[in-house]
Amino acid sequence: MSNVPVELKYTKDHEWVRVMDDGNLMVGITEHAQDLLGDMVFIETPEAGGKFEPGQEVAVVESVKAASDVYCPVAGEIIEGNEALADAPETVNSEPFEGGWLFKLKPDDASSIDDLMDADAYQELLASEEH
Amino acid sequence: MGKHTPIYNDHVAMGAKMVDFSGWEMPIHYGSQVDEHHQVRKDVGMFDVSHMTVVDLQGDDCRPFLQYLLANNIDRLKDAGKALYTCMLNESGGVIDDLIVYYMSDNWFRLVVNAATREKDVAWIKKQAAKFSVQVTEQEDLAMIAVQGPNACDKLCAILDEDSCAVIRDLAPFYAVESGDLFIGHTGYTGEDGFELILPSDQASGFWQKLHQQGVPPIGLGARDTLRLEAGMNLYGTDMDEDTTPLESGLGWTVAWEPKDRDFIGRAALERQREASPERKLVGLVLAGRGVLRNHQKVVVSGVGEGEITSGSFSPTLGKAIAFARVPVGIESDCSVDVRGKLLPAKVVKAPFVRNGKSCLPEMV
Repeated sequence: MSNVPVELKYTKDHEWVRVMDDGNLMVGITEHAQDLLGDMVFIETPEAGGKFEPGQEVAVVESVKAASDVYCPVAGEIIEGNEALADAPETVNSEPFEGGWLFKLKPDDASSIDDLMDADAYQELLASEEH
Repeated sequence: MGKHTPIYNDHVAMGAKMVDFSGWEMPIHYGSQVDEHHQVRKDVGMFDVSHMTVVDLQGDDCRPFLQYLLANNIDRLKDAGKALYTCMLNESGGVIDDLIVYYMSDNWFRLVVNAATREKDVAWIKKQAAKFSVQVTEQEDLAMIAVQGPNACDKLCAILDEDSCAVIRDLAPFYAVESGDLFIGHTGYTGEDGFELILPSDQASGFWQKLHQQGVPPIGLGARDTLRLEAGMNLYGTDMDEDTTPLESGLGWTVAWEPKDRDFIGRAALERQREASPERKLVGLVLAGRGVLRNHQKVVVSGVGEGEITSGSFSPTLGKAIAFARVPVGIESDCSVDVRGKLLPAKVVKAPFVRNGKSCLPEMV
């Protein structure tokens, strides 16, 4: 069973969202998602300043197997993309919840993350997708 | 549920992620496809390729039959044990399959054909053989294990008896030899030194475990695909099929035009195409910047026309995206590839991309 940290929020597209101390959000893909995709070989992260709506394509993760879009979890403005991934895409495989974060986002509305899944709900989603 | 090779249980026990491959449940990787790829380039790894099919031909007419059946000429095989890579064509010159034929004796030749084409290959061979004194036997009780990488010979020797070891140390590339129950070919699909062993199914798991105990890790079909692409080797079904000829698939070198009076299936169609000059050819591409080339992406050749990627992937050895593409023959050194809606520049290069662990790319690429 895949690791699902309890302090994070999740989307149905297998992204995780961490609320940082300053209220901004850090976003990445879950351990389950990276496991499905396999070895990462190319990551395209967004530049600071871009504004995105929920569900808009904001980053691309490409593994040996396939390219996959990463969607914005909530409306907001990009503060930073994880540029270190350009030279070390495999970090998304080895540390999906830490060094493999994709971008940081300033949410338009701090309460918008309440609409996302908690760890229990995400665990249920994973269990349902296995069948 | 798919078919299982005799090594299936070992794959599962070794943590393989199993996927469907032409009706067979096969390991795609055992954790990391990229690590497995590097392992073979730098050291050694083993592949279960038991899903491939061994077809033995026996009888007095083996030679004339194969001269008729295959586009390459088995008369190039002078010494017992020698192997030949060839296409088997239909009447239109389209590729039914690519295969390796081993010349064991004048009345025994062994063919190794692809898993995905097993039924149609055997049906075609049997149909064509009807006019010849040849017995066609599909071997159901054989397994196949490939041991590939610069240290393949040493690792294999560690588990073979002294005589077999001496035999494989002396075995020239593209030759095969029988040693006890083993049929050992000095062949492979990775661009590294290595061997392909055909053995009785009931010995396959034991052999696999012995290699593993010698420190030879299992390698999945994922790395097998990136290794063969780097090595500039075609994959049947993606780089060529029944609608493309060898001349359009980078395989013109496997067609034996001489002697002119050898009548092989597809010859007339190929000669017509050669005289008219083929309109398309298969080339190697290297993406200049970041991104990944994938099968079926569109290739745009400015002022010339369009083509399509037949096999595209990320090359772990080069750290760049590489591909085979079928393109108009007028292509020169540059083109663009439509990667997810963006036209990215790519260079046309001569395959292979990598051989024996080293890049084959010219320096400016």
